[in-house]
Parts: sequence; structure tokens; C-alpha cells
Amino acid sequence: MITSAMGIWNYWIVFILMMIGLFIVIGRKNLLKKIVGLTIFQTSVFLLYITFGKITGGTAPILTENSSTIYSNPLPHVLILTAIVVGVATTALALALVVRINSIYGSIEEDDISAHDLIDYHDQNNTLKKSTLQNSK
Amino acid sequence: MIDIFINNLPILIVTVPLMMSLFVVLVTNSHLSFLLTLATTFITFLIAILLYQEVQSYSSISYALGNWLPPLGIEYVIDHVSIIPIIIISGIGFLATLFAYKIMPSELSDSSISKTYGLWLLAISGLIGLVTTGDAFNLFVFLEISSLASVALVAMGAKQDRQALIAAYNYLIIGAVGATFYVIGVGLLYAITGTLNLADITSKLALMEDNRALIAGFGFMVVGIMIKAAVFPLHIWLPRAYAYAPSAVSILLAATATKASLYILARILFSVFLPSENIVSFTLTYIILPLSVFAMFAGTIMAIYEKDIKRLLAHSSIAQIGYITLAFSIGTKSSVAAGFIHMSNHALIKGGLFMAITSISYYIQKRVTIENLSGLGKAMPITFCCFIICSLSLAGLPLTAGFVSKLYLIKSAISSEGLWLSFMILFSSALSLIYLWKMIEALWLSPLNKQDIKIKEKPVIYTSLLLITFLNIYFGLDASLIVNSSFNASNLLLGINK
Repeated sequence: MITSAMGIWNYWIVFILMMIGLFIVIGRKNLLKKIVGLTIFQTSVFLLYITFGKITGGTAPILTENSSTIYSNPLPHVLILTAIVVGVATTALALALVVRINSIYGSIEEDDISAHDLIDYHDQNNTLKKSTLQNSK
Repeated sequence: MIDIFINNLPILIVTVPLMMSLFVVLVTNSHLSFLLTLATTFITFLIAILLYQEVQSYSSISYALGNWLPPLGIEYVIDHVSIIPIIIISGIGFLATLFAYKIMPSELSDSSISKTYGLWLLAISGLIGLVTTGDAFNLFVFLEISSLASVALVAMGAKQDRQALIAAYNYLIIGAVGATFYVIGVGLLYAITGTLNLADITSKLALMEDNRALIAGFGFMVVGIMIKAAVFPLHIWLPRAYAYAPSAVSILLAATATKASLYILARILFSVFLPSENIVSFTLTYIILPLSVFAMFAGTIMAIYEKDIKRLLAHSSIAQIGYITLAFSIGTKSSVAAGFIHMSNHALIKGGLFMAITSISYYIQKRVTIENLSGLGKAMPITFCCFIICSLSLAGLPLTAGFVSKLYLIKSAISSEGLWLSFMILFSSALSLIYLWKMIEALWLSPLNKQDIKIKEKPVIYTSLLLITFLNIYFGLDASLIVNSSFNASNLLLGINK
């Protein structure tokens, strides 16, 4: 009874983490916080895989003399090792981009950045109008 | 010796660009790194052609990676279906590299060119690997290799316009969420089938009833791939990423990146989940079909109101992806074939259009908008003849490649869904004439700006533009090559029962 409840408990944690992560990615305007959300989201998936691989009473898959030993499935762990590496690469690239954005825009808030871009856009339009005016003259 | 080479072709096509990307990064001379990249993409293209010939005689090649036999080991599958995106990616990759020679130095600093070429090869290798692999998790790894490389490539545009950084950031975050969705789906499928080999998953699914884990897994996988393929309404990342990337990168990404994901979508829908037919046909008729129709109109209308030409073309890409997913969603043999025909034709069309726009921005040295185009048709006639041929091909006029794909699409739509759908298709292609005409009007009928009069075209950089325009006309006149391989693909995907 308790073990089956624990199994369900694991999945609850996975889905709560997943929703928290996804919410942060979608809802937050701060670029750094979005990366935090993404990492939480990915971590919840890691936990999901690890939960699949666990067999009640199973040990690490190392060959023993005793033929009745129950082993946990090692494959999900290996897959997650790969997924963690991919996740690290994603986070590193995202952080590098945030550093560049901060040095160029001076802010990592989405609202500030789009305000900057809007000003740029109007400036461009104004110079365009000026140049077309000069042409027509 | 030759035997070893021939037997290992399916892995060589992935590893040759992958390994060369490491060498290219180390080369400091930008000309040398260009030559290495060109040679690599050429070899990749040659391997793709050899594989195409092999597929014609053996129909399906299965390659066990490291000699670990499937379903336990990782399998690489090359058949009539996967060879189409492989040829597209390697062929366009070669042409885009040829075109990049003059374009790259004009937009990037000398020191970053070889790094860009390294990422360029990495993206090509990731996309080809994505298409080749027959293992669900290996597919995820290639998905991330290709998308991380393309994000870094998009971010290279920051020297031209700082918005490239934001575009790259959004592309990365949305892409990573998509890939994670896909991994959740694979995990759920692994939990119920105990295997990661795509063909083996199919045979295990055939033995079980529809259950909740299967439906959830299917949903996660399809949504994840739809984000990567920029299917409406999951396309938000695409217009900015294509618009602010360096021009050469836009050509490569616009012509190849979404095609690989669309192929994966077709593979998941028709081949992996073949046994759970109810779920698939429900998804096709009630989700993908309406979304595709929306995509056709939304993409076209956004393109009509857009002033920046690169963004305009990106919006029109969303509409074209809509046509391809629409063809898949009808779900008959001839419509899926039409989808594959449009996939290859769209690569030719968008590649050509982006090349033409890129050569304009190379001469006028600023972002190409409708105002900047004014009168340039008289100053750069060669570019604009190519541009107009590709535009007509996009609208689907006879004697161009675009006509063939529209013809097959409408034929299959009439025979299975009735007239209303074919009317929608015709109406949205008619709307696409509005934005094409807007550009053509600016090019030929508006007066030439004074500072643009002295422009002299150099034909050298047009080799690949001319080649791709020629292909647009050639496949409009004699489409048998594309049509036959697409029908082979749909026959293999849908099996004999439909």
C-alpha cells in the first residue's frame, strides 16, 4: 500500500515541477528567470525517466552470485545522462546569449528590451522618411 | 576498401560534416575554412546521391551503429521516405555554402567566419542525423544538436542588428521546450513498450489496446515536433529568427531546418503510430487540418502587411508549411505524396528567394524593405529575373515547380475532402500574389534611388542562384524525378492498406 502510494507520489512531484517550470518559462518577463524555469522543466523530465527505471527492491545492475537479485533498469539512467548533457549545453548557450543581451541592451527584462527595439524601429522609419524626402528633392 | 566505404555510407553522411565542423573551427584563414566547408558539403551531397541510388535498388537500408543489432542497438534507416529530406538538406547545404562565399565576409567580422562555418556544418550534420536515425532518443540528441547550432548561427547576426540576439534567445527557449515535450513523449512510450527503436515501438504498439500513456505520449511527441516544425500556432520563433540571422544562414535555415522536422512529423503520424489508427486519424482531421488551413491564411495575411522582406518571406514560409501539413492531414497516399513534393519544391523556392534578397542586401548594404527595393529591377536585372521566377513558382504558376505541387495537392484535396478545401487552397495562393506583386511593383515600376544607379552586378556570386532558379523551371517542366520519389515515399509510409 505504502509503496504504491510512493510511486504515485513520485509522479505527482514530476508533474508539479513540470507545471512550475513551464509556467515560469511562459509567464516571467525576466530572461534569466526563464532559463531557471526551463531548467526546472527539464529536471522534472529527468525525474520522470528515473522513476520509470526504478523497480521496487531493485539494486544497481551489477552482476551478483545470487541469481534471484532484482535489478533496476539502467537504460533510463543512461538516457538521462545524455539528456543532462544536452540540458547543460542548452543552459550554457542561453546564459551566453543573456550576457550578450545585457551588455548590448543594458537590461534583461523583456519589456525594456522591446521598448528599446520599438525606439530603434521608429528611428529607422524616420531616417527612411528623411532619405526618401532627400531623394524626391 | 571501397566496400567498407559503401557499407558505411549511412553513418558517413552524418559523421563527415560532424567531424569536419571541428576542424573548420580551428582554421583561422576564412578562405581556407570556406573551401573546407564547400568540400565537405559537396562530399555530403555526393554520399546522398550514392545513397539515393542504393535506395532505388534495395528500397531500404538498415545500418546497425557500432554493429549492435537493432532493436537493442541504434539503427540508422535510409529508405524511400528519408532519402527525400536527406537530398534536400545536403543539396541546399552545398548550394548555400557556394553562395555564402561573398556574402559571409560582408556581414561578419573576419575572425568569426570560420566559427560560423563550423556551426554551419554542425547544423547540417544535425539535420541529416535527425532524418537518418531510427532511434527515438538518438533523434532527440540530433534535434538538439541541430537546434543549438542554428541558434548560435542566428545569434551571429548580432553584428548587423542587435535584435538577432533576442530572436536567437526566443528560438532557443521555445525550441528547448519543444524538444523536452518530445522527450516526455518518448519516455511515456518507453514506459509502455520497453524499446526505443521506432520500428520496434510500432510492432509493440500493435499488440496493445489504446491506453492513456500511449495517448499522452503521442500528444507530447507530436506537439514537440510541431513546435520544431513551426506549425501554426507554434510558429512564433520563426519569423524573427529568419529575419535577423545573417543572410547566408537565413538561406540555409529557411530551406532545410523545418523540412527535417516535418519529415519527423510524417514519420511519427504515419509510421510509428500506425497501429493506433483512431488517435492518428482524429488528430489529423480535427487538429492538424484546421490548423493548416489557419496557417495558410494567417501566414499569407501577415506577409501582406509586412514591410521587411526577409520577415515577409519568413511569414510566407509559415503558410507554405501549412500547405505541407495540410497535405499530410488529408492522409491519403496521393496527398502525402503531394506533401513531399511540396517539401522539396518549397526548399528550392525559398532557397532561391532568400538568395535573391541576400544579393540585393549585399549591393545596397542595408536591410531590404519594400521602400529600399524601389526601382532596383532596372539596376540588377539578373537577380530580379531569378527573383520573379521563384516568386511565380511560390504562387504556383504553370511551368514552375510550385505549379506541380499545387496541382497534386488540389487533386488529392478534391478527391478526398471535396471542393471547399481546394477552394481554400486556391484562395490562399491567390492572396499570396498580393505580397509578391507588392515586391514586383516596387522593383520594376517605382523610380530608382539615386545612390543605387552605380550598382554593377557581378555574375560570379549568382552561380547557385541561377542553378536553383534553373531547377525551379526544370522541375516545373519535368517533375517525374520528384513526383516518383514522393509517391515511393508515401507508398512506403502508408503501406498497402490505404
